[in-house]
Amino acid sequence: MATFLGINFFALFGQLLIGLINGSFYALLSLGLAIIFGLLRIINFAQGAMYMLGAFVALLGFKYIGMNYWVALLIVPIVVGVIGVLIQRFLIRPIANEDHLYSLLLTFGLALMIQGLFTHWFGSSGQSYPVPDALKGGVRLPFMYLPNYRAWIIVVSVLVCFSTWWMIEKTKLGVYLRAGTENPQLLQAFGINVPLIVTLTFGFGVGLAGFAGVMAAPVYSVSPDMGSNILIIVFAIVVIGGMGSIGGAILTGLGMGVVEGLTKYFYPEASATVIFLVMVIVLLIKPSGLFGKNA
Amino acid sequence: MRSRLAILVLLGLALAAPLVIYPVFLAKVLCFALFACAFNLLLGFAGLLSFGHAVFLGTGGYITGWLMINSGLTPEIAIIAGTVAGGLLGAVFGKLAVKREGIYFAMVTLALAQLVFFLYLQAPFTGGEDGLQGVPRGKAFGLIDLADNQTMYYFVLAIFLAGFWLIHRTVHSPFGQIMKAIRENESRATSLGYDVNQYKWIAFIISAALSALAGSTKTLVFELASLTDVHWHMSGEVILMTLVGGVGTIIGPLVGAGVVVSMQNYLSGGELGNYLHIIMGAVFVVCVLSFRSGIVGQFNKFRRNNF
Repeated sequence: MATFLGINFFALFGQLLIGLINGSFYALLSLGLAIIFGLLRIINFAQGAMYMLGAFVALLGFKYIGMNYWVALLIVPIVVGVIGVLIQRFLIRPIANEDHLYSLLLTFGLALMIQGLFTHWFGSSGQSYPVPDALKGGVRLPFMYLPNYRAWIIVVSVLVCFSTWWMIEKTKLGVYLRAGTENPQLLQAFGINVPLIVTLTFGFGVGLAGFAGVMAAPVYSVSPDMGSNILIIVFAIVVIGGMGSIGGAILTGLGMGVVEGLTKYFYPEASATVIFLVMVIVLLIKPSGLFGKNA
Repeated sequence: MRSRLAILVLLGLALAAPLVIYPVFLAKVLCFALFACAFNLLLGFAGLLSFGHAVFLGTGGYITGWLMINSGLTPEIAIIAGTVAGGLLGAVFGKLAVKREGIYFAMVTLALAQLVFFLYLQAPFTGGEDGLQGVPRGKAFGLIDLADNQTMYYFVLAIFLAGFWLIHRTVHSPFGQIMKAIRENESRATSLGYDVNQYKWIAFIISAALSALAGSTKTLVFELASLTDVHWHMSGEVILMTLVGGVGTIIGPLVGAGVVVSMQNYLSGGELGNYLHIIMGAVFVVCVLSFRSGIVGQFNKFRRNNF
């Protein structure tokens, strides 16, 4: 029963799986963008560079000090997050009162610099990172072969996304975050250290990108331009979903991955452009985005 | 009176420049200057940051290049065709992009430009990764042979001046005043009865068409149209030129284009070529942190304070 009505189910499910994996990364990255946008009202153009940085730190750690995957998964997001904290504290905060477009341009400049540096150091060709031993192999399902690592990506990404969502919607810390989004002055007046929350939020959003980078290292090749390629797609996804809700960012990310996977099966020529086309349609029908409030 | 004198001096310099400096380099500066001026019309005077302007530069270049290779039209017709194509694309993109504001506007334009980048990568008429090579320069109006670099430079200078004059007129027209009003306070402009999105849309079309004009001209100068001109790096470069020169000043983008193109030429010749993107990124960061009004903006400030 490999084919039915002319559809090859092995190939279709294979593309769906790849779509879900891409979608997991879209979700992690757009979640980070949405969290940062909520408090800082800026889009971090360096989010892609931070994702690339995460993958490279994991790769270099493995090569030179034998850092294994599990340690990397824990350490690298923290390293990248700390870099984010430094960027926010020393570069973005001084111009926080200027037009937000300047912060956008600042992060764009940083992205160019970071990508340029890594291209200079490691060349533009991709390098591979081994799949951890515990996740090698796979399961043979009736309709497809599922490699363990790929299942792991989907499960972990969804877990991380939804625990972040839970943290923001249901915990005390999340209340501060949402209050800061609504009215930072008032929150400050209640004695909360808002600048600190803003800095840590930026660090957390960027750390999520670093985490996505480590997760991506064993499946995609690690190269300096891996971040910029995915980031532009994620921007389109952010426009599609709207940044009004955290849950919306996650769902749109996963959903667009699936749409891309389906397109790869049914009409491969359009697979690179389908997400942008969806963006055009959404702009025509509901300009504020699927989950966006009218702003 | 003094500004008229300054314009005459500048014009004299522009006419004499190819005697001292390599004309193709000068023509390149002028093409990018026109591109940056067109971009600045949108950012500096309408307050809209487009992150996809390379797509108009590239479209103009491809249309003009394709026509010069395949149709036997004279270059001025090919350039007009490229400009119109850019304007039409701008009309479509502008209609979509003005639905969103601020940061979303930047993301929408970037995503739309990337969509076209992928289309051009796959489309047969663009030559894919190779681009269109060996585009003939032809004879302007069927009379003036542009094969000579010096003649080409004066042709480009004429186009640049026409484009620059058009931008100058737009900014100082009633339309330009309304554009500035929208930039300063959009809700007030709306409450005064102006259809804000309509004005933004028209500004976008003018800016896109002039960017395509720059791209068309650039293709003739270099006899080449390639994917580089459509890539998001190029959209970043034009922002950098405008920022370095001075956002919202008439002459700033011209100065910025001169500085950035000279920097690129100087760097790519020397051993620092590998550092090009790193240095450009660093210039971005420094400009944003401590030099937001750009060279011309700073100069104006200095003049106001001291004279």
